[in-house]
Amino acid sequence: MNVLVCVKRVPDFSGEVLLREDAQGADARFVGFTLSNHDSCAVELAVQLAAASEGTASEGRATVLTVGAAEAVEQLRSALGVGCTAAVLVEADPVLLGPADVAHEIAEVIADHAAAGTAYDLVLLGNDAADSGDFQVGVRLAHELVRPVVTGIKTITVGDGTALLRADGPDGHETYEVPLPAVVTVLEGGVEPRYPTITGRMKAKKVPVEQRELSRPPQGSGRVRLTVPPAAPSTAEIIGEGPEAASAVVDLLQRLGVGR
Amino acid sequence: MILVYVEAGAEGVSEVSLEAVTFARGLAAAGGGIPIDALLVGRAPESAAKELAAYGVRTVLLADDDDFDRFSGAATAAAVIAARERANAVVVLAGGTNRGNEVLARVAARLDVAMAANVVAFEGLSPFVVTRQVVGGAALEEMTLVRRPAVFSVAGHAVEPVAAETGGAGTVQPLEVSLSDEDRAVRVVSVEPVSNEGAGNLKSARVVVGAGRGAGGPEGFEEVLELAALLGGSLGVSRVVTSLGWRPHHEQVGQTGSRIAPEIYIPCGISGAIQHWAGCASSKVILAVNTDPEAPMMTKATYAVVGDMHEVVPAINEEIRRRRS
Ligand SMILES: Cc1cc2nc3c(=O)[nH]c(=O)nc-3n(C[C@H](O)[C@H](O)[C@H](O)COP(=O)(O)OP(=O)(O)OC[C@H]3O[C@@H](n4cnc5c(N)ncnc54)[C@H](O)[C@@H]3O)c2cc1C
Ligand SMILES: Nc1ncnc2c1ncn2[C@@H]1O[C@H](COP(=O)(O)O)[C@@H](O)[C@H]1O
Repeated sequence: MNVLVCVKRVPDFSGEVLLREDAQGADARFVGFTLSNHDSCAVELAVQLAAASEGTASEGRATVLTVGAAEAVEQLRSALGVGCTAAVLVEADPVLLGPADVAHEIAEVIADHAAAGTAYDLVLLGNDAADSGDFQVGVRLAHELVRPVVTGIKTITVGDGTALLRADGPDGHETYEVPLPAVVTVLEGGVEPRYPTITGRMKAKKVPVEQRELSRPPQGSGRVRLTVPPAAPSTAEIIGEGPEAASAVVDLLQRLGVGR
Repeated sequence: MILVYVEAGAEGVSEVSLEAVTFARGLAAAGGGIPIDALLVGRAPESAAKELAAYGVRTVLLADDDDFDRFSGAATAAAVIAARERANAVVVLAGGTNRGNEVLARVAARLDVAMAANVVAFEGLSPFVVTRQVVGGAALEEMTLVRRPAVFSVAGHAVEPVAAETGGAGTVQPLEVSLSDEDRAVRVVSVEPVSNEGAGNLKSARVVVGAGRGAGGPEGFEEVLELAALLGGSLGVSRVVTSLGWRPHHEQVGQTGSRIAPEIYIPCGISGAIQHWAGCASSKVILAVNTDPEAPMMTKATYAVVGDMHEVVPAINEEIRRRRS
């Protein structure tokens, strides 16, 4: 089982978002960068699947790839630290890239690796990026590769030339069966991303990162500008402070007719 | 012509799809009365076409042969493309669910056009500029869709779903879709309905008690669980709580968790980040408990109690028990 997992370096926002002066991207100087939860779960699945086929004829391998700034090596190292065995950086200014550009660059790497004898049975991505939220790189990639794609999956079981994928659909837990090779996008919640161990981190430092450049000038995303919506004025009625508020709260619950 | 890919279940057209049709009406009016057609894929109840007519839809295209019994993203995208050719649509949109976004991404990839996810407004028709949610709604992006069709999904709650003043004809027409072998290769092979435990229960609960980082640790949920039990409700949590492994993911409320719509939501120790708000905005009443009166949840709530949840919640539980005895 040979797995490629594609990750994006994203600002670590949980509170307010700050913008760059040119309004073309987020200003992450004060918050730092991370992998989104979806991408971390994709990495975890890649590492688990590779480990499950270790020692078999198709020696298990998990390669992590990112398209982005040189600093994105940090995110590649964190994936290497939890068990990925190889890494690829396609260096580019992330502000200039649209989802079609990213998909194309990933497809180029896959084609080159295939030509050099490394074919990926499975390509994993996050379902949507935590910053740009385009919901499409995986689907566009599959279209370029002419491979099947399933989105929003939580767990993967690999069988003989196929994979069973589980997702939460509108009517319940869905199972897809997909022939390999395939592209799969992952939603958080199906697996717990592991933490890197100290030996894992040490090993990660020694893995060489394959450095590449863009294969063609990017088309961009169509972005005009980013804005942060202003906070709405408070509309809440404060009904009390501390434990003394309990009586007012229960009055309210009774008025609403709940919990009787 | 504007084409809306509509999702429908046994209870009729989904709320997000009705929102998308409502959004399409705004676009249609701005364009001087462009007709709106809808595409239904798979088996839908008879009532769906009537509902869509009431929302102003002219023609309901129906792709309901056996190939569409179980969801297939590829087959659905092929149906959208067939519908768009037949009606010569210049705009193709859908509700911003995972499924809506997947189908539109496939359509955009096949037609080699851009796709804007989670649009909340359109700024102009030529050039076609939309505003969409990024960073889970914490920021907005203006984006130009240069080529036609303009393909985009409408973010949940971007508009209130309202019926049209004058309805459309809602004429049902079967849609023939020719599928390739690739379109048929992958589909849902089985669906296991969600049990009444966990997420299924949370989505339909009349009362939800929420807890976030303010719970303090995995043992900090006893009081909120007790309150939920006293009110016959469910527990919902923030992503910090599930990421730290304090509670299981199926209890998560928000953009990447469940969307809830209870009579009352009681978030305790939850700051109310926009991505959490995305999952609880449909609650009828929100009663927030937080030590910080400036937390977004406290200012957006209907009612607020300023205080430590580990003092306030036990006092509420005690008061409920006292009044019951
Ligand atoms: C793409 C994306 C998707 C996301 N999806 C989701 C999602 O689906 N759901 C979700 O919840 N989040 C989601 N997030 C994360 C979100 O941005 C926030 O980080 C998260 O909701 C914060 O959780 P919290 O409110 O528990 O923690 P915090 O933001 O740390 O807030 C804790 C709150 O508890 C209060 N507090 C502390 N101690 C006490 C006490 N003793 N008593 C009372 N109050 C106390 C504090 O004043 C504070 O307001 C997403 C983020 C991104 C970027
Ligand atoms: N620059 C990038 N480099 C590598 N993978 C990416 C990049 N951008 C997006 N992805 C992958 O595509 C997924 C979906 O992104 P998006 O379609 O932009 O919302 C992300 O979760 C990543 O797994």
